[in-house]
Amino acid sequence: MMRVVFALWMREVRKYFRSPAQMLGTLGSPVMYLGVLGFGLGPIFQRAGEGSYLQFMAPGIMCMTILFTSTFSGMALLWDRQFGFLKETLVAPVPRLTIMLGRTVGGATVALFQGLLVFLVSLIAGFRPAHVLVVPTAILVMALVALVFSAMGTIIGSSLKEMQGFQIIMNFLVMPIFFLSGALYPLRNLPVALTVLTRIDPLTYGVDALRGVLIGNTHFGLALDILALAFAAMLLLMLGAMRFSKIEV
Amino acid sequence: MDDTAPIIRVQNLVKKFGDVTAVDDVSFDVRRAEIFAFLGPNGAGKTTTIRMLTTLLHPTSGSLELDGLDPTSRRNEVRQRIGVVFQDPSLDQDLTAWENMDIHGVLYGVPRRERHERAEKLLELFELADRKKSLVKTFSGGMRRRLEIARGLLHTPRVLFLDEPTLGLDPQSRNQMWTHVQNLNQSDGVTVFLTTHYMDEADRVAHRIAVIDHGRIVAIGSPAELKTRTNSESLEQAFLALTGSAIREESVGAADRMREAARMWRRR
Repeated sequence: MMRVVFALWMREVRKYFRSPAQMLGTLGSPVMYLGVLGFGLGPIFQRAGEGSYLQFMAPGIMCMTILFTSTFSGMALLWDRQFGFLKETLVAPVPRLTIMLGRTVGGATVALFQGLLVFLVSLIAGFRPAHVLVVPTAILVMALVALVFSAMGTIIGSSLKEMQGFQIIMNFLVMPIFFLSGALYPLRNLPVALTVLTRIDPLTYGVDALRGVLIGNTHFGLALDILALAFAAMLLLMLGAMRFSKIEV
Repeated sequence: MDDTAPIIRVQNLVKKFGDVTAVDDVSFDVRRAEIFAFLGPNGAGKTTTIRMLTTLLHPTSGSLELDGLDPTSRRNEVRQRIGVVFQDPSLDQDLTAWENMDIHGVLYGVPRRERHERAEKLLELFELADRKKSLVKTFSGGMRRRLEIARGLLHTPRVLFLDEPTLGLDPQSRNQMWTHVQNLNQSDGVTVFLTTHYMDEADRVAHRIAVIDHGRIVAIGSPAELKTRTNSESLEQAFLALTGSAIREESVGAADRMREAARMWRRR
């Protein structure tokens, strides 16, 4: 079983390194967020007494990249099961769970790489983590975030029947998850509705944890963040496995 | 196991989707080492039957047997014994031909050495050996089909299912593909179960043909028998005599819409 999971994981990783164009292409929006928002809103943020906006938002943008990359790879499942390799795996004498794990973990790994790339870009832009030694922990947090959202992507990809659903998911799920996560603004003193919504968004805990690790600024505390992320990962992986086992070819 | 027993035995097979009966009391046998063709107009129930034989769908009623095993209850054992080439492509285009073969071998638990030996041999056989390190996206339609068939044979299945394998191929590629399939059937004795819309192909390669229409088998026999029975010159005439010339209105599902989109994306 592990051999199959490994082979499927390897497949995703191999494909990632083979398409540098895609790798760089998806860096477009993070660079824009960092460059334009980071420097554009920087002075106001500073004047409000919150310190450097770039420092504050860079972990959020890393999480955004991970969110987009991993949900996209999950949604690609829809196409893949009709016109791609996925169909071939579904008639193989292998439990569905194995295939789902290989694919989801593979998608998460690719998203993690993309997140690390944005980390490098933000270093160039002037972002400075508290210490070099926090980087390994930050990578672990990113990996956890990636796992949460690839599992979510798997659920979506297994449930959608047509490509049209894509837009709806993008506008009513993925974008809200990003905008409600506190990636771009502090979680303090928000209106009640926004406070509630941010608290149920799993990415909030991802952003908070990453910010905590990288620049020592956390709202909930690292322990709660990790707990929430682990819980979300488990729940979504279970749901993903259930949905995936129901796919018909 | 008895070598003279049919490799596929289908008895009173029924599949209903809601109140639509896609397969309606179908019975037939496929002999070992035979090339068996399933012919029928769109929506006749060909793909549905294949999906049931390949463990992807549960029958509503009736019995199925593949190499003495029931595909519904002994799914993985049946999967190990079959190779499937789907109507829609199922290769990973961003991997090389070799990698596609290799990952298939891993999925079917073929040990590494045997996997590599068989992959070499099959790629050679299907005239793809010199392109084994190229990405599949650089392959022509015919090459892709050949690769899919080669891949389907990697784990030495007893039955190879080909669901409209020549759709969209030019006559040269079709001809070449069938030559390979026939050679393989003769040399290795692998049973081939195929569906196609091209009567000339069925006439040329199939030992026996079942004509299916509205979910029922309307005739079964060798191409010559079908022609004699209907007093026809060609299999195409025989087919039309058996199924009528009315055009079938098939309802369009999600898969068809995606197929449409796929056609728009593919550069042709």
